[in-house]
Amino acid sequence: MEKERHVLVIFPHPDDEAFGVSGTISLHIDNGTPVTYACLTLGEMGRNMGNPPFATRETLPKIRKEELEEAARVLGIQDLRMLGYRDKTVEFEDEEKLANRLGVIIGETNPSLIITFYPGYAVHPDHDATGAAVIRAVKELPADKRPKVHCVAFSNNCEEEIGQADVVNDVSAVIDRKIAAIKAHASQTQLMAANMEESIKNQDPEVLARMYKERFWTYKI
Amino acid sequence: MEPAVKEHVQKEIDRLAKKEVFIHLETTNGAYASHFDETFFSSGAYIRNAQLVYEHGKVTGKGPYRVGLKMNFGWVYAEGITHFEVDEDNRLLLAGHDFSGKLAVALQISETPFE
Repeated sequence: MEKERHVLVIFPHPDDEAFGVSGTISLHIDNGTPVTYACLTLGEMGRNMGNPPFATRETLPKIRKEELEEAARVLGIQDLRMLGYRDKTVEFEDEEKLANRLGVIIGETNPSLIITFYPGYAVHPDHDATGAAVIRAVKELPADKRPKVHCVAFSNNCEEEIGQADVVNDVSAVIDRKIAAIKAHASQTQLMAANMEESIKNQDPEVLARMYKERFWTYKI
Repeated sequence: MEPAVKEHVQKEIDRLAKKEVFIHLETTNGAYASHFDETFFSSGAYIRNAQLVYEHGKVTGKGPYRVGLKMNFGWVYAEGITHFEVDEDNRLLLAGHDFSGKLAVALQISETPFE
């Protein structure tokens, strides 16, 4: 993995960073690279409330905010920014305004690498809209000032259409921190995290491949 | 939240009738439904802070419950209500959680806007 000057992670939901990217974040932090995480919403529309339910529609944002802060703490992210958008509404925002807002953060942090979702191949409308706004903001920069953009894609058709991921990071060295970050989002990952640890213990090859290898597609701007 | 108790929910609906109230109404199957099952038709609706007055409201069914609010010029209803809570702001929160505990529907009534 290349050493970066600054990594800027831009996702719409608390826990978006946990599954596919937290290992890579940890590796960058271990490398001494500062990481900024801009999280657009507080996942207000999450459907996991605990069973029996311990969260309500109204308390969920507060719970998820604390979980996000805990995940950032576990990963060692010093600069966590919560941008105050609302879950499931990102695609309905004014695209130019959103791109400009992200552009300000890009300008301020001057990253050499941005990690976000691959627009059109990231399943959730907020993911696609966030990725699209990031790409739009990066395109505004002069060509020689543009950071690299590594995208997360996981739609069912993604490999057919955009090919194989060109960046694959082996995160086995920091797997404990990755699991801790996933667990930090307890309201959303409670059940899943338990199954996952069991699968890792049993060396389930599919789960191991997913957990230990983080895959990115470099966006060609 | 507590499992919905019909009489208790009815009392709360009555308390908020004939007043200017703010409504949160939502149905959702989650943003990933069609990703995990491509034959699944994803749909949902969401309204936050609709301001209205209802003349009367009713909770019906044997559980999961249905709740309908009748206005002078229209209706609000939700189906699949399993849980309820009156929170510290005296807001009536009604929710329907599916068999795995995930929120599927919410109807909430408040005398002040939801933030």
